[in-house]
Amino acid sequence: MSAYRFLVNGTPAEVDVPGMRRLLDVLREDLGLTGTKEGCGEGECGACSVILDGQVVDACLVPISQVEGRIVRTVEGLSLAARERGSLDSLQEAFLEHGAAQCGICTPGMLMAARAYLDAGGDDDEDRIREAIAGNLCRCTGYTKIVDAIAAVAHAD
Amino acid sequence: MPAEPPIDSPRKLFEAYAHLAAGPTRPIAGGTDVMVAITGELGPIPERMLDLSRLDELRGISLEDGALLLGAQTTYAEIRRSTLCREHLPALVEAAATIGAAQIQNRGTIGGNIANASPAGDTLPVLLATDAVILVGGQRGEREVAASDFFVDYRKTALAADELILTVRIPLQRGRSLRFRKVGTRRAQAISKVVMALAWHDLGTAGWRDVRVALGSVAATPIRAGATEAVLEGAQPTPEVADRAAETLAGELKPIDDVRSTAEYRRMVSARILHRLLRDAGGW
Amino acid sequence: MPTRTLTPGTEAVERALVVDPGQRVPGRASGFPLRREGPAKLTGAAKYTDDLVFPGAWYGITIRSTEARAKLVAIEPDPDVDWSKVVIATAADIAGDNVVSLIKDDQPLLVPVGGEIRHHAEPVALIAAPDRETLRELKGRIKLVTEPLPPVFDPEESDHVFAQYDVSRGDLDAGFRSADLILEGEYRVGHQEQLYIENQAMIAVPGEDGGIVIHGSMQCPYYIHKAMKRALKLSSVQARVIQEETGGGFGGKEEYPSMLALHASLLALKARRPVRMIYERHEDIAATTKRHPAIVRHRTGVTRDGRLVAQDIEVVMDGGAYCTLTPVVLSRGVLHAGGPYRCPNVRLRGRATRTNTPPNGAFRGFGAPQTEFAAETQLNRLAEALNMSPAEIRRRNVYRLDDTTPTGQVLRESVAGEEVLEKALGASLFERIRERTGLEAAARRGSGTIPAGPLRTGDQRLAPGIGLALAWHGAGFTGSGEVMLKSVASVELTADGRIRVLTANTEMGQGTKTVFPQMVASELGVPADWVEYAPQDTAEVLDSGPTVASRTVMVVGGLVIHAARKLKAEVEARSSGVPFHEAFRDDARSHGATRIDQQFEPYPGVSFDDATYLGDAYPAYGWAAAVASVEVDLDTAEVHVRDVIAVDDVGKVIHPILCEGQVEGGTLQAVGYATIEEIKLRDGRYLNDRLATYLIPTALDAPHIRSILVEAPYSGAPHGAKGVGELPMDVGAPAVVAAIHDATGVWITDLPATPEKILEAMHGSGSGSGGSAAGRGAAA
Repeated sequence: MSAYRFLVNGTPAEVDVPGMRRLLDVLREDLGLTGTKEGCGEGECGACSVILDGQVVDACLVPISQVEGRIVRTVEGLSLAARERGSLDSLQEAFLEHGAAQCGICTPGMLMAARAYLDAGGDDDEDRIREAIAGNLCRCTGYTKIVDAIAAVAHAD
Repeated sequence: MPAEPPIDSPRKLFEAYAHLAAGPTRPIAGGTDVMVAITGELGPIPERMLDLSRLDELRGISLEDGALLLGAQTTYAEIRRSTLCREHLPALVEAAATIGAAQIQNRGTIGGNIANASPAGDTLPVLLATDAVILVGGQRGEREVAASDFFVDYRKTALAADELILTVRIPLQRGRSLRFRKVGTRRAQAISKVVMALAWHDLGTAGWRDVRVALGSVAATPIRAGATEAVLEGAQPTPEVADRAAETLAGELKPIDDVRSTAEYRRMVSARILHRLLRDAGGW
Repeated sequence: MPTRTLTPGTEAVERALVVDPGQRVPGRASGFPLRREGPAKLTGAAKYTDDLVFPGAWYGITIRSTEARAKLVAIEPDPDVDWSKVVIATAADIAGDNVVSLIKDDQPLLVPVGGEIRHHAEPVALIAAPDRETLRELKGRIKLVTEPLPPVFDPEESDHVFAQYDVSRGDLDAGFRSADLILEGEYRVGHQEQLYIENQAMIAVPGEDGGIVIHGSMQCPYYIHKAMKRALKLSSVQARVIQEETGGGFGGKEEYPSMLALHASLLALKARRPVRMIYERHEDIAATTKRHPAIVRHRTGVTRDGRLVAQDIEVVMDGGAYCTLTPVVLSRGVLHAGGPYRCPNVRLRGRATRTNTPPNGAFRGFGAPQTEFAAETQLNRLAEALNMSPAEIRRRNVYRLDDTTPTGQVLRESVAGEEVLEKALGASLFERIRERTGLEAAARRGSGTIPAGPLRTGDQRLAPGIGLALAWHGAGFTGSGEVMLKSVASVELTADGRIRVLTANTEMGQGTKTVFPQMVASELGVPADWVEYAPQDTAEVLDSGPTVASRTVMVVGGLVIHAARKLKAEVEARSSGVPFHEAFRDDARSHGATRIDQQFEPYPGVSFDDATYLGDAYPAYGWAAAVASVEVDLDTAEVHVRDVIAVDDVGKVIHPILCEGQVEGGTLQAVGYATIEEIKLRDGRYLNDRLATYLIPTALDAPHIRSILVEAPYSGAPHGAKGVGELPMDVGAPAVVAAIHDATGVWITDLPATPEKILEAMHGSGSGSGGSAAGRGAAA
């Protein structure tokens, strides 16, 4: 066991756990941030998506030893400024208004993939949006309203 | 919560070599294969892990002496973004874009794709078709292995237990054409049913030279279709040649039925996509 | 203007973002309440079962059979292991009946020693341990000693029948004699996995009273409650079931959760501490219920102008190893098997048999997607044989008002088959596009001097196709199901002036928590966010029946509306006519609490004989049409479904966004069913048992889905609603298969329509990779 230090949603975190512990388990169990979900443990469903140094990744595939000194964003910190004010950020707002979340289990991962896409300058082109969330499986919505919501935010930005 | 074997995270290559020489340890780069295997208990849990992520010596893409050099730690996303790759080897960019989706592309590495040696590895036919060379190293020194010698058997490579993949060198040849095609069950996050890379030099009426027909998912390893290459070598991409090449390819392949597809589909589709590539090249 | 600031995770979050009807809000939700639990889900604050923390909880795991059929001789924990630090539970630990209570008492929680293992992955023993490392080490150290028995995998070879039905009307022989054309067809559909993204999960917490509190992911708290009382010998109070935030169900969490809850309970009782049982994906796919595979055979007689005169249909369903809900799935499948068409001479026969595979169960559509795939594909083939448009043959046969169904039911109202058909045709420009795709197909056949062949590509690589399907779906439970349930739902005004809706119906994404308050608020004349939705906790709410069969809004919503009306009347009677929204707080203060319990009463004029299967099978029917556009890569036979226009008559649209969401989601599940969702088996074991091998559509695979909602209200329901959840599942697959035929000329009659099957059908290599035989038409 070693201590691993990294930033989560702008706040320093330090955990003394085996280096092979999945970032997913560190977030959910060691840090109590249960917003990131486990859907498959095999990097197929994207429910565990987080943003690591600006890139969306599956937290079930990242050992914590590889997170040392890096920056992690989860759904809980989707928009730090918004969180301080207590409101939803533009992406969350758009999801709510468009009906883009149904059962909600894919939603945190989906938001992180969308957020990474938009932060990298993603536009409202539908094919590019679909490619950006192709690693996030949703069983409830058919993706239609998810794509609409992301496009609306891209268009407004 | 899966097993958590102990892990070493060296910062320097010589330290990594020392770990490898000291006993059984399983290297992990992006984790997109290894973590799935450990979580899913697909095979015995490794006793020890070797974290490659801090080895900056394994990073970077450069152009040297007419070859593209990619560090083993190069991710698929980096390949896609690289102006060098886009300019000089768009087929590799295409292959990288068909792997998984954003999350996998941000983490999976070309070194991992090679070391994992899945017969379905999507970059591997491109490496075979371009006569790529893999530079490996360990405490006993460094050596080069041609991609065509690297994939020894199902998920087994020429890598010794105390060696790491360092770099992939892909010779660039003026006048070489390269095409890539992957057929998967869906349009993202799909292991290939058939994956092909076709390379040639078009000498006009003198026909095609240095033809390479490389395939994945049709054998225990990625392969080159030698008999088909012989049909195309020195020939022009006419309808008759295309028919012969397609028939030869269908005849020389021995794919299997598995959970994803059937031997017959793989055989037919390999032949058909070759036929289409020849058609497109021939302009008819 | 409601406040838009909130603190994630608190109740204020859930109430603050509701919009009063009529208030303008940017975005498409305007006028309707935003999802009640939306902000919590969007901020990561919503707690699903695995997110809950119970200090001191242990972890549980299931030891399962690796054989499809065997006698269980002994369970042998490895004698070299110190078992004292963990708990093992077997059938011997079951205080009550070793039965997962459902319809027939044939499924044990755990196979007893001396009993018979009937399917791969059948539960035999359970282990609970303080940590997962211990579980991982020990799970391979319990040996099952067995004597193999010969398994049966083919439902047509099995002689154990779970259920059968035989419904006839008219004179079939005379009908066939009067036909100008007779067409036969055999259609097969395979397993489909519900693939909720949240795996099955239960946490059992022992209570002081010797009981158990279950926290879990589920659709039906009272199914679990009943199962717990039976197997664990608990009273109604000792057994307590609390539904937590549930990440999708689709029927897969209708009956299976009872099994898992019982397992967790057994371990918790023995360990005397909370036990968590959260499935991993591989186990979830390997061990839980799937859509029933089916073989459907049609023999149809039509006149040369396309009128149906005889339908002889046989349905065989594979129930898997235990009965579960099979009789009801078969029933619905058989009753819908003729499709939404008028035919004077009909025979519908069905049987469901036992095989040594994991038991099959509920999945959206519940038998109808299977038989309506067959019916629609048969009709499309008939249209082809008659050289008639698939639109026209439907126009000529679709049920109209006052037509009679095979069970003798007269469709007296709420019939919208024609309307959804015409809307779908119009919105998709079906006939015009079909003409064009037809011309392109003809050009492909005629063009070029070199014809395409098995190893030779054609001139054109991509082929467009368009396909049509129509369906009906009986609203609510079949026959007297609803009457037997006697559901109760409640609306109350508490003593401290809060308005609450109490039902056992769960939120799993379809919007229960939003629409029930919306509906009650509308009746009472108050803003939706003044109405609370009580938690689905058996200690708090009565049994309003399961959240299945698309009955939530239609049936339970009806109860809730009636209860709200009575509450309003009562309060206004006491307030001398002051309207409820002004009077209720004072009324609560002065009169105290008022609670209205509304029990289901049979819909007027609806009667069904369960013995003869004649009468009104359903109070009303929903109607759906779908037009799918595909592009087929002729080189590889890969199918890209580009667009689906889905038209659904739901009786009454309560919340357009939520309603569209159901249509869009159901349509994509149907597209997956038609194309890439496949389970292959070997020796009774699923080979596709991970997400890398069981594939559902990604956002790149998903078509554009345009949802058009139609309202043909049902007068028996106070709001006219007939349900929406399952209807879109009935039409998507046959529309896609018809579009594939339009593009390629081949009929795939065995789902999924994989590229392997399509390529084989197009170029016939003779190696037979899956049924794609076209039916043989025989002129009378």
